[in-house]
Amino acid sequence: MAEEATSKNRALAHGGLATLGRLAVSIFVPLVTFVVLWGGFIFLKESKAPPALIAIIAIVWGVGGVALLFWVADWTVNRFPPAIAKRLQPFVFVGPALIILAWYLFLPTLRSLYLSFFDAQSRNFVGLANFVYAFTDPKMLESFVNNLLWIILGTGGSVGMGLLIALLADRSRAEKAFKSIIFTPMAISFVGAGVIWRFVYAYKPVGESQIGLLNALLTLFGAEPQAWITLRPWNNIFLIAILVWLQTGYAMVIISAALKGVPSSIIEAGRIDGAGELRVIGSIIIPYIFTTLVTVSTTIIIISLKIFDIVYTMTGGQYGTEVIASMQYKQMFNYYDFGKGSAIAIVLVLAVTPVMWYNLRQFSKQEGF
Amino acid sequence: MKKVLMIALIIAIVAMPIFSAGQAEKVSAQKTVTVFGAFVDEEAHRFEEAIRPFEEKTGIKVIYEGSKDFETLISVRVEGGNAPDIAGLPQPGLMLNFAEKGKLVPIWSSLGALIDKNYAPVWRDLGSYKGTTYGVFHRVNAKSFVWYPKKAWAKAGYTVPKTWDELNRLMDRMVANGHTPWAVGIESGGATGWVGTDWIEDIMLRTAGPEKYDRWVSGELGFNSPEVKAAFEVLGKIWLDPRYVYGGKNYILTTSFGDAQEPLFTNPPKAWMHRQGNFITGFFPEEVQESLEDEVGVFALPAIDVQFGIPVLGGGDQFVVFNDRPEVRQFMEFLATWESGKLWAQAGGALFPYLDQDLRAYPNAIERSLAEALVNAKVFRFDASDLMPAQVGAGTFWSGIVDWVGGKSLDAVLSDIQRSWPK
Amino acid sequence: MSIKTEQRWLRLVNASLIVLVLLWAIPIIGLFISSLRAKSDVLNSGWWTILYTKSRLTFANYKQVLGGSKYTFVDSAGRTVRASGDNLSRAFINSLTVTIPSVIIPLLIASAAAFGFAWLIFPGRKAFFTAVVAMLVVPLQIALIPILRDYQKIGLTGSYLGIWLAHTGFGLPLGIYLLYNYVSTIPRDIFESAFLDGAKPLVVFARLVLPLSVPAIASLAIFQFLWVWNDLLVALVFLGGTSDVAVLTQRLATMVGSRGQDWHLLTAGAFIVMVIPLIVFFALQRYFVQGLMAGSVKG
Repeated sequence: MAEEATSKNRALAHGGLATLGRLAVSIFVPLVTFVVLWGGFIFLKESKAPPALIAIIAIVWGVGGVALLFWVADWTVNRFPPAIAKRLQPFVFVGPALIILAWYLFLPTLRSLYLSFFDAQSRNFVGLANFVYAFTDPKMLESFVNNLLWIILGTGGSVGMGLLIALLADRSRAEKAFKSIIFTPMAISFVGAGVIWRFVYAYKPVGESQIGLLNALLTLFGAEPQAWITLRPWNNIFLIAILVWLQTGYAMVIISAALKGVPSSIIEAGRIDGAGELRVIGSIIIPYIFTTLVTVSTTIIIISLKIFDIVYTMTGGQYGTEVIASMQYKQMFNYYDFGKGSAIAIVLVLAVTPVMWYNLRQFSKQEGF
Repeated sequence: MKKVLMIALIIAIVAMPIFSAGQAEKVSAQKTVTVFGAFVDEEAHRFEEAIRPFEEKTGIKVIYEGSKDFETLISVRVEGGNAPDIAGLPQPGLMLNFAEKGKLVPIWSSLGALIDKNYAPVWRDLGSYKGTTYGVFHRVNAKSFVWYPKKAWAKAGYTVPKTWDELNRLMDRMVANGHTPWAVGIESGGATGWVGTDWIEDIMLRTAGPEKYDRWVSGELGFNSPEVKAAFEVLGKIWLDPRYVYGGKNYILTTSFGDAQEPLFTNPPKAWMHRQGNFITGFFPEEVQESLEDEVGVFALPAIDVQFGIPVLGGGDQFVVFNDRPEVRQFMEFLATWESGKLWAQAGGALFPYLDQDLRAYPNAIERSLAEALVNAKVFRFDASDLMPAQVGAGTFWSGIVDWVGGKSLDAVLSDIQRSWPK
Repeated sequence: MSIKTEQRWLRLVNASLIVLVLLWAIPIIGLFISSLRAKSDVLNSGWWTILYTKSRLTFANYKQVLGGSKYTFVDSAGRTVRASGDNLSRAFINSLTVTIPSVIIPLLIASAAAFGFAWLIFPGRKAFFTAVVAMLVVPLQIALIPILRDYQKIGLTGSYLGIWLAHTGFGLPLGIYLLYNYVSTIPRDIFESAFLDGAKPLVVFARLVLPLSVPAIASLAIFQFLWVWNDLLVALVFLGGTSDVAVLTQRLATMVGSRGQDWHLLTAGAFIVMVIPLIVFFALQRYFVQGLMAGSVKG
């Protein structure tokens, strides 16, 4: 009995020691890895080697470092007793993402929420005043209406055109060439896109040689040239056209990939049943790629909601084209009003809740949740 | 497991020298001053050249960084704790904002003495917040000038108007000759409208006078006051009359302020006058820039109410200190002297406010005369929109101009601007 | 469908495609032609006029953008000097150094997270995922100041690591969202057999999930690449704008001149900046044109 107890105790003690040792190792190894990586970082920062060499070392170090961290984390977790390891395992995968997101986006959002209850200098508590501004100021109301227009027309246009082109290209022999051209605008920076569209919307007085394509066409048919970007409320639509032009490539690429995944057997089956091409598309293909369409629409809705660059470079929010993100930027960086700027950012985050809710419901329907 | 430990230890040992190597290099650093400003490209080069004598004399290295997104970046960097040693602020509003938050180092007595000696008092006032001076002005500009194609004017027999009435008569004569008097363009991306606010300010100075102008800037005189309305009406007589402005309101709204001077230099000119600051010469076609004195004439926007004379409206970059170190102080004191501007003045495209400056340094008669007008101006006032709260000066005042030109009623525009004035 | 109607279909498909593609290409063609024209031509006549009038095309804009713009200034001896600015090669290297890890690191982290959210069970999974997806809409402008403050404390400002992490943080929500959508459709039986064989999650992730997700990762890679490559603000805030670290977009932005007077250079600049992203697109195209395999198995 006694012997048994001591051996049990010893085993326990031994197990305890082993666990302690494991714990020590599992703290020590990641620590060393971290220190080594940080040392490399300091080295890179201070080094005077030629830029191209530094660049290559930096790239290897950065990418390799992240992979190494994953591996070390997994190794460390596996030092633990299996029951604990199993619980910790998922966090090896989602942990890094959660930590980074918490640092880069979640905490700043909380901070904005906090600042949104204070005045411009973040000194005095002002209650809901900034939110009252966000929902009553005429410029803000104008932005809400415009943003709604961006979401509906921008998303509808991009996804619609993307779907149309993907469907058409799928049936054409020159698929790659067509798709490449549609995609090209995505590679253009916003500054470049601004210049391009100037050549489309530019205005010169009557009798001058027009340098804007639209006005050149108008004058060709004898009409008066128009100052397109000042024409309320149509100018919003002219700006949205730029977004559609830029984002259709994105929608097309993703939708087209999904189209390739539709099994040809069920399409053939539909055709054999005598369904016309439009029927096949409408009742077989579209439902099949529906999740993809939701994904693409969601991302473009979010892009439209955050739209800023196009408006800022083309009109600066003048002529009734203000949007929420440009108001946020102006309040924060032009007017130095951190209270209002933060409040508008929070409104922006809240505005997307319905879309997210719909997405989560979709996920729940799938196996995932 | 032991193996892993060993490997880890080896790595740690290897890493140590990397650490120490990193540390060793920091010690031998040269004394440096970092400067962040809004000059980029050619202007940045000219600035760097202009301060080279300082570097040669003192052995202090000045690292200048310029950005087109300066105004956004400086506020992010200062708030984020990454302020440069010195920043060149194009707008006094930025200085007031940083001063209020206690981010700036006030000037010290030796620099104060230099400012009093080298500048007109107005510049010290503009660099001060609540009685404490923070800013030293360097490059400045003067805006109340009208540019015209000299040769075409001579051919058409037009002469420089001395009074507002003469200007009006000249405009009508031009119209009678089938000419369009003005070329105006206010498009400027996110800052569209500032050309219009400059015009209004020039007119305010000429119709209401400098005292009322100051009260307007400080918010005592509202935008809905008769004085401001009168200024808009004077401008409206020119801008909103399609006979007087090339291309009418659509051209005003959609033409970039830099391209707006183009119609002056076609043959024959499509427009005959352009009001803009001294920096506009950099936008003129290259042929014109090469023989500026022969091609271009310039006159100050005439007086409207004679009692106020011909005031000069201008702007400028002021340098402020975020980090107080001896070498930073040395550089600031250098900036307060004509020596820091001389080489840039010689290269052209910039005016300087120093009282003791050598006007011969400017490369042509036009810039020389502008610099002279600036230094000798009886009344000099800073761009009002730069001094007003940013919500107004860089917000509703600009958009108000755009809306007004676009056809919104003047009363509605003015009361909108007034309403946006922060309480 | 008879062969005749099928041919008619094909002709209709091609015709409408050509119309659409032309519509998309015209602005780009306009930009390209404009980039080959002199400043005064660009300002005074439409780019299409070169189709029917004789006008000279020139590489001057490209030369100026690539070789650095010309400056005149007065040196300390009082001489007027005309010199060229730095060329773009340094900015190219900087842009690549910033971009490559800023694409690969978030892809690694996002695919791991997507796998974790889709196939591993842990408490708070749904809540965490909701939070991640909600981060999609946070305007990154609000994060700049707090992150810069943290960077100042730990010495990350002005370092490549700092900007990689920033781009990782700002790119993760979209990455996780898109990859989750994809990874969650990988058929369950593939995993079950692997787990039954006693494979560790990391092995499953590296040997199964990553290879199976190549199409999705490839398309995400191109979007993240485009975003980072064309970014200006994040680089300016975390890396700074001095010439030893300035990226391509910064150099181009300053090239337009202090007051935007040289915007004809932008036309050439826009094309130069486009080259690398297009190469990446064509290199990755074959991966994401393969099609999302998930559906084909599931069906």
